[in-house]
Amino acid sequence: METTEQLRDRLLARFPGAVQLVANPGPAAQHSLLLEPAHARAIAEFLRDDPALLLDYCSNATGVDWPDKEITETVKVTVPDPAGGPAKVVDQKTTRLQPGCLEVVYHLYSMARRHGPVVIRLRTGNRTDRVTLPSLTPAWRSCEFQEREIFDLFGVIFDGHPDLRRILMWDEFKDHPMRKDYVEPDDYEWEPTPHGTVMDKAKAHHPAPVPVVPPAAPAKEGTQP
Amino acid sequence: MSPADLSPLSPAGGATVRPVHDEFHGDLLEVSMGPHHPSTHGVFRMMVTLDGETIVKLKPVFGYLHRNHEKLGENTTYLASMPYTDRLDYLCSMTNNWAYALAVEKLAGQPVPERAEYLRVILAELTRLLNHTCLAGFLLQDSGASGTPLMYAFREREKILDLFESLSGSRMMCNFQRFGGSRLDAPADWLAGASQVADAYGAFLDEFEALITGNEILMARTQGVGVLTPALATSAGITGPMLRATGVAYDIRKVDGYGVYPRLDFRVPLGDHGDTYDRYMIRVLEMRESIKILQQALAAIPAGPVMDPKAKIRGFRPKAGEAYGRIEGPKGEIGFYLISDGSPNPYRYRVRAPSFVNLTILEDLCLGHSVADAVIILGSIDIVLGEVDR
Repeated sequence: METTEQLRDRLLARFPGAVQLVANPGPAAQHSLLLEPAHARAIAEFLRDDPALLLDYCSNATGVDWPDKEITETVKVTVPDPAGGPAKVVDQKTTRLQPGCLEVVYHLYSMARRHGPVVIRLRTGNRTDRVTLPSLTPAWRSCEFQEREIFDLFGVIFDGHPDLRRILMWDEFKDHPMRKDYVEPDDYEWEPTPHGTVMDKAKAHHPAPVPVVPPAAPAKEGTQP
Repeated sequence: MSPADLSPLSPAGGATVRPVHDEFHGDLLEVSMGPHHPSTHGVFRMMVTLDGETIVKLKPVFGYLHRNHEKLGENTTYLASMPYTDRLDYLCSMTNNWAYALAVEKLAGQPVPERAEYLRVILAELTRLLNHTCLAGFLLQDSGASGTPLMYAFREREKILDLFESLSGSRMMCNFQRFGGSRLDAPADWLAGASQVADAYGAFLDEFEALITGNEILMARTQGVGVLTPALATSAGITGPMLRATGVAYDIRKVDGYGVYPRLDFRVPLGDHGDTYDRYMIRVLEMRESIKILQQALAAIPAGPVMDPKAKIRGFRPKAGEAYGRIEGPKGEIGFYLISDGSPNPYRYRVRAPSFVNLTILEDLCLGHSVADAVIILGSIDIVLGEVDR
């Protein structure tokens, strides 16, 4: 099979500007292709139907959460000495915020040609409101449950998915547990159990209980209706 | 006589026939099969919509055993996830261990000594034998042959579990593989015992097949039921015996050639029709091939260490990168996708569970069949809920 670089060049000739190579620095060296979401469906169908590739089998589809990351860069700056001495070289630190995203990774193989994997990735615009990506279920049916799982656990919305519902968590559940900043509830039970570690966790953010007012003097016998 | 009584169905003889107010006719009945139903092999639910006896819609509902295995994997070290992989598909802990070890070894570029590779093949094929034996027993249980076939299957399974227990200390939660080899070496008498089990297994299969394979009731219940086409199977990512029952020759042992499988001589049985009977038959044939693999591997296992001496156990931190490792588990492709950021814990830990993906086409297989058929179709898919729900 052609290398990932060759495949990228071939795809770029057909879909200009829609593909980038993401290098994998580890020993596995499974490099991947980052696709532009607008062209992802067309590229997926091309990868599936191209006679040299015939990637007819999407083995694995999964999400990865990349939260916002603060990156500190150190730059050496030459500061002239106001007293007229030699200029000093000072380390200047700048921090910038690298915006986070949600990423979806697909591992493609070919059953007909018996090669693979080709790894493709899609990234959302951010982690809050631009989380829609095209669904690849129309290209590979095996994405159906796996994309539902990504929607459930990561919160990526798949445009064009036939049946996008929660799959592992229950329907009323609100958050997306596989996100890195997910905070688990104090207690998974319906009612908080007022003892032990659960109570200690809950105290952190619940107001202090109002002291109970002692009941008035007991009513006399016979006055109750 | 009012004109309303003159329906076109009025008999010519002048007899009065009351109009039929059949308010149930054409209505669909929704049945929730499970989650506590013995045929669902765990806590699994099928929302079935029935037109009479016929299934017109089926939605699988699961997640009752969900404990976010992947999040737990991200919050512990690489090694600490190894015993947890036993709990995924609790019938096949040895192959889960191997798949995870293979993925981590890919991630870290860790070689494995030859004796450990042979030991892994032996343990994986024993696992395949016990998984397929259990499946055949459960499938017959599901189709109404109460008790006897399942007990025969469990009798044989126990012999393999005894081997696992004497080697790893645990019958089912083996926790045996490590990154760069295995935890313990197999002594000579254990290998002799494994040979004995492998040599005797053919006779059990002959006995089992004589009782079951040609059975008229089994054939009537399973042939032509739940037919899966090769095109749908490929597109839906079906793997393992279910895929090969449709006639698609795709076995990761042959395709990837991981471990020492390229040195062993075995064939990949294929089905013709893709129905439930083929799925049963493929498993029986695969067991016969597994016996051949076991006999070759047990004869050829070399002496030497079972753990790479340079492998790092404590303070294991793979370089930043990612890897996807997969093997042919008894149920299909079991794969682990790992992303490392250089810390002791994986940044992302993903399990590609065969049972989960194989369930995608449950509705397609069951449409047009009866509820009783849905039970055996589900049985022939071979799911374990520990792996589906993760």
